[in-house]
Amino acid sequence: MPYGPHAPDDRERMLAALGIASVDELFADIPEGLRSSGLNLPEPEPELQLAARLQGLAARNRTDLASFLGAGVYRHWTPANVDQLLLRGEWYTAYTPYQPEISQGTLQSIYEYESLVAELMDLDVVSASHYDGAAATAEAALMACRATRRERVLVSHAIHPHYRATLRAYFGGGLQLDEIPVVADGPDAGTTDVAALERLLADGDAPVAGVIAGQPNFYGLIEPMEEIGRLAHSAGALFVGVVEPVSLAVLAPPGAYGADIAAGEGQPLGIAPQYGGPFLGLLASTDALVRQIPGRLVGMTTDLEGKRAYVMTLRAREQDIRRDKAASNICTNQALLALAASIYLATIGPHGLRDVAALGAAKAAELEAALADAGASRLHPGPYLNEFAVTVPRARAVHRRLLDRGVLAGLALADAEPDDPALADALLVCATEVTTSDEIARFAAALREELASDGSDIPDAGDRVDRGAAIPSGASR
Amino acid sequence: MVPTDLRYTKDHEWVRVEGDEATVGITDYAAKQLGDIVFVELPDAGRTFEQHATFGVVESVKAVSDLFSPVSGEVTEANAALAGAPELVNSDPFGEGWMIRVKVAGPAEVEDLLDAAAYDALIAEG
Repeated sequence: MPYGPHAPDDRERMLAALGIASVDELFADIPEGLRSSGLNLPEPEPELQLAARLQGLAARNRTDLASFLGAGVYRHWTPANVDQLLLRGEWYTAYTPYQPEISQGTLQSIYEYESLVAELMDLDVVSASHYDGAAATAEAALMACRATRRERVLVSHAIHPHYRATLRAYFGGGLQLDEIPVVADGPDAGTTDVAALERLLADGDAPVAGVIAGQPNFYGLIEPMEEIGRLAHSAGALFVGVVEPVSLAVLAPPGAYGADIAAGEGQPLGIAPQYGGPFLGLLASTDALVRQIPGRLVGMTTDLEGKRAYVMTLRAREQDIRRDKAASNICTNQALLALAASIYLATIGPHGLRDVAALGAAKAAELEAALADAGASRLHPGPYLNEFAVTVPRARAVHRRLLDRGVLAGLALADAEPDDPALADALLVCATEVTTSDEIARFAAALREELASDGSDIPDAGDRVDRGAAIPSGASR
Repeated sequence: MVPTDLRYTKDHEWVRVEGDEATVGITDYAAKQLGDIVFVELPDAGRTFEQHATFGVVESVKAVSDLFSPVSGEVTEANAALAGAPELVNSDPFGEGWMIRVKVAGPAEVEDLLDAAAYDALIAEG
């Protein structure tokens, strides 16, 4: 479709047809104080000069770092065909078409995405995608409220803080959001406090619509999902699992532990960890909740000639028909990124995905041993997959100094949870299949030197938590 | 002519009141306007509604509409048959296509509703 801007005489004709004198009159309903007073943009620059300036900005990116940063966004190897196929212009939109059935190719790609994610999640229905994992999680919470006609949701404190902030934003309109604390110490430290969950569910004044827990959780730990789900269901609440998709190749999928809804960030499926996104919100549910799931759904059927055809289905839940009663009014999907995830999954296959998850876990075990040897042992004793927290005195300062040594030492947990004293001296680190033994050695050596120069804070071996707690068999796929 | 033993709302629901129990559905006219009905979302027994409040949703291949309760009261039963056979609303709107039974809270409210002649006049206007 050619791009033809409106010329001044086009605008004059349109204004005359509307019987108004200026475009501004169209915005008369918006109070003066809320209107933009113009954008503060720099003057145009010659192309050469602009390119040089942008290259200068790009050069400030550090691409030399050995990175152990995860915390919700993960580095993975992406087969070359993923990016190459995304370059095709036919795919260049985040939107599903407004006259959808004419675009059979787009619908087929969404149908295949939904099918692949359904298999990964072991659930029946998958939406055509959402902005990101946090938005998908918030939609899952709203689904639980609609389905149960209850107005209170419990979210584990061990869910990513950004996700919890998004939930709070969505729940600002009168729904109640309570946090389930994490266990402070002992073998289950860092996981959702199941006894506290039981108390919150029993607290009678407002019945609970849904319980949200993550697998693995924000600290990388394996949660007792089956038990959390059982407690939720016994209180008449729905259970929402927040999952990392690559882990589902080796961990039990949400459908297997009784989750009614699953949400997650699809970025690890072939999408580069770009600063600020774009990301991919995964959302899946049981068939019983199909009318509550927001956004587009594509189904497969046969046309009048008996040939396979794809259709938008259950559109009646959506805002173009139901207006303010729609399942959601924030359901722009991420069609291009959903396509990337589909190509990634189809290319790498179930065995390949299991290798990616298993290699990441092996590299993380290697990282744990190397860091423990350098003086930083694990903060929590429980099992993890490929991400875990380590205790490092004055973690933020050490994190900064390690950057100077070419190591991105994960996330200083104090940056994510500044009010939690238990996390003041901790780094959250991860490894994936692209982490090399050389990078691990660089990290360990740099950390050892930092801790040595820092004085007497290296804990002796007696303080260290036992390594290598195995993932319980019930939590495995 | 629509059945004369029923009362009607301007939103095309019908109600049959027998003692303190009322049966509610949508009219033949409404079902025809909606087209093939594919899903009816009904409330659980025990929920209460004010007169004219939304008690459910009817979904056809071309539209979704709210269902408005002709009377105030507590739902005693929803038509479970519609879950598997929503087309009953098209084929037998005044009979097997009924939607909910309600324990009527305010019998006088029925007097506010249209009788068959008034409803016929309403749909004749289009």
